[in-house]
Amino acid sequence: MSASILTVDDSASIRLTTRVALSNAGYQITEAVDGMDGIAKLNAGQFDLIVTDLNMPNMDGLTMIRELRKMPAHMGVPVIFLTTESDNEMKQQAKAAGATGWLTKPFDPESLVKIVRKVLGK
Amino acid sequence: MDMNEIKEIFFQECEEQLAELESGLLKLNDGDRDPETVNAVFRAVHSIKGGAGAFGLDDLVAFAHVFETTLDCVRSGKLEPGQDVLKVMLKSADVLADLVSASRDGGSVDESRTRGLVKELEALAHGELPSASGHDAPKPAAKPAPAAAPAPKAETPKPTDDSGFQPIPFTFDGFGEEEEPVIEGSTYEVVFKPRRELYSKGNEAALLLRDLSRVGEMSIACDTDALLDLDKMDPEESYFSWKISVKTTKSEDDIRVVFEFAEWDCDLEVKFADEASSDEEQPMRPVPFDLSILDDAPSAEDEDKQAEHGSDQTVAEAVSAAETATSIAKAAGAAARAAERKESAAAAAAAAQNNAAAAAASAGQTIRVDLDRVDRLINLVGELVINQAMLSQSVIENDATGTSSINMGLEELQQLTREIQDSVMAIRAQPVKPVFQRMSRIVREVADMVGKQIRLVTEGENTEVDKTVIDKLAEPLTHMIRNAVDHGIESPEKREAAGKNPEGTIKLTAKHRSGRILIELQDDGAGINRERVRQKAIDNDIIAADANLSDDEIDNLIFMAGFSTADKISDISGRGVGMDVVKRSIQALGGRISISSRPGFGSTFTMSLPLTLAVLDGMVVTVAGQTLVVPLTAIVETLQPEASAIHSFGASQRLISIRNSFCPLVDVGRVLNYRSTQANPVEGVALLVESEGGGQRALMVDAIQGQRQVVIKSLEANYTHVPGIAAATILGDGRVALILDVDAVVAASRGQSLRPEMSLAATG
Repeated sequence: MSASILTVDDSASIRLTTRVALSNAGYQITEAVDGMDGIAKLNAGQFDLIVTDLNMPNMDGLTMIRELRKMPAHMGVPVIFLTTESDNEMKQQAKAAGATGWLTKPFDPESLVKIVRKVLGK
Repeated sequence: MDMNEIKEIFFQECEEQLAELESGLLKLNDGDRDPETVNAVFRAVHSIKGGAGAFGLDDLVAFAHVFETTLDCVRSGKLEPGQDVLKVMLKSADVLADLVSASRDGGSVDESRTRGLVKELEALAHGELPSASGHDAPKPAAKPAPAAAPAPKAETPKPTDDSGFQPIPFTFDGFGEEEEPVIEGSTYEVVFKPRRELYSKGNEAALLLRDLSRVGEMSIACDTDALLDLDKMDPEESYFSWKISVKTTKSEDDIRVVFEFAEWDCDLEVKFADEASSDEEQPMRPVPFDLSILDDAPSAEDEDKQAEHGSDQTVAEAVSAAETATSIAKAAGAAARAAERKESAAAAAAAAQNNAAAAAASAGQTIRVDLDRVDRLINLVGELVINQAMLSQSVIENDATGTSSINMGLEELQQLTREIQDSVMAIRAQPVKPVFQRMSRIVREVADMVGKQIRLVTEGENTEVDKTVIDKLAEPLTHMIRNAVDHGIESPEKREAAGKNPEGTIKLTAKHRSGRILIELQDDGAGINRERVRQKAIDNDIIAADANLSDDEIDNLIFMAGFSTADKISDISGRGVGMDVVKRSIQALGGRISISSRPGFGSTFTMSLPLTLAVLDGMVVTVAGQTLVVPLTAIVETLQPEASAIHSFGASQRLISIRNSFCPLVDVGRVLNYRSTQANPVEGVALLVESEGGGQRALMVDAIQGQRQVVIKSLEANYTHVPGIAAATILGDGRVALILDVDAVVAASRGQSLRPEMSLAATG
């Protein structure tokens, strides 16, 4: 069975790009539009990996990561966040919040798939 | 999904982000220092950059990046967003918008302007104030966050002795998918000790080790000394560490990259083997390293290879130790899960509910629908309205008693139709905000060009109106704004001389009033120079030299065709295109425009537009045997004139006295040339209407048939423009009726000169 990935981003085009890249690579994709929605989706299902933006309205990525690490069902799931190269501070914050790894924006579909493979080990 | 479709979604998003960006910047400009505002502004640029990168829009990415860096300085408090800074940022927002549309439509942008702004933004990010830009000595106060990653926080404590390490050598035989690493090169010693956080954050030591194996030839030793007895073990603790020797042609950085995600959650030491401790006595014995060990199901081929090279238990041990570590972490998760399940179940359920509701509220608010579909629906509803009206009429004609249950059903149908119509119309309704926001850019640019200081204040941006109205509003409004900046507001020197604030203000307001949208454009400039307008009108044969006009009438002369008071044509307000064009486009929308002005205090343009272009509440009247529809919004009241209330004034004018005031009577039949002599007002009905100038007129018609909602059918689209007629409609009995253009009729009656194209105008 292919791995199931939750993508969380407030930008519909990023969500779509992510979806296209990852479903072409054979993954199952579920989308959420912000952290709040992400938590709702996590409450409703199991995922092998989460790819999330950090800067989002309603609930930002950091908060979502902290929240999901408190959820028994998701405390071990790998979380990749999207960040910009200049944002080293953000990387540390996100790592401290419990993220697994990151992908630097702007990204191309290949590097996304590469990172996902690296973290999923598949 | 087609890439172009995704791109289109991205561009739509950009529009939203740009609007967000601009409104945020304007808020900051007004002194708002809410961190959320700064964040929203940052986020807008950030999102545009992120999307643009995914689509390879390099120019856009490059500019957005510089912009973002500067905004980041504001966000982190290193840069105070004062007026000068915001001026640069607002300009940058404009350039960003230009770059977005250039990317979308393939147009070009003003590159020198872009380059100039990049310099200004960079200067700001480096702590130079705009006034100091170009200055040679930049202040080193503020700097963007350093780009280089910091070194790992913790240095690995040196192993006290080597006894815990049993080196397991690796080679890459049978690892075919990657290029065979060249064995010459440097050897690095890597000590990797994961902390418990590494596992709790979803990383796996086994995967990292596998990744490392791709860097070069490696031998690996696992230190299991820290492992406790099972009953003493903390399932979440990390007990293993590894010592790896990697022989590679690649650099130290390539090794560090493998542990990139882990660097804050492990002790990692990477050093050159040559300078590494010489107490490394045991030579490495290379054995094949087979990655398939890490896979769930080793292939037959892999097994063959393993058999071929002889199995090496130690390899499997090292790796399985890593896997054990991972599964310990996983088991910890499971245990914790089981323990917490009970108490958290209820809370989780409640949270799920809350979150789902919140998500629904935030996510499910909008869908994008093709406008064609909405329009088709509106057309169909229009037909439904006509059909319902026809049905009602035939029932009334066939069942005059009106007692049947059919009547009740019809009434309900009528109400439902009405509700459907309102709901469908609401789909097309949009706030005027986007148009208003575009205006702020125009004010900025034009003010810059003519060297004036002007601030645009908007109000009622969320007032909703039909999308078509909004789309068509942009052009006339742009023109009026340019006019206001160019001609309305005086230069700062003049303003100061007149004792005014050197900064001029233009106020743009939208509000609903009696079923229409009212848009006001107010400037605090010099107002209309009536003497000059009058002279110009006389010079251009628009009015007679001895014409007796009120101030209002003089002001409204600026809407006449070919009228321009600007002594020289400026680039800004366009050449030859005057306020007459503005007026015509507003009228084409079924709207009215008028101006009022106070010399020295400024002018106010008032536009009143219908909320929708599809339907109209009308009063159906008879004039000289013809059926006409008068828009209900124009009618103030209807009355039956008595002979005593009618007064003659001059040769042809007649007035009607209403509650102690006199109001000119306009015979619609005469104005439209339905008849050649004036009807007797006493035999007809007077419709008191408010015309665009603000004055009242009494329109004389023969009789009122009733009130009805009618579906507007454009006369221009189906036939041609008819003076005095706004549009046509189909009545319940299937007949076509014309919809009266009240303002045109009033204007025609007021003075033939005002509407030269009104050949039907009655002069009496």
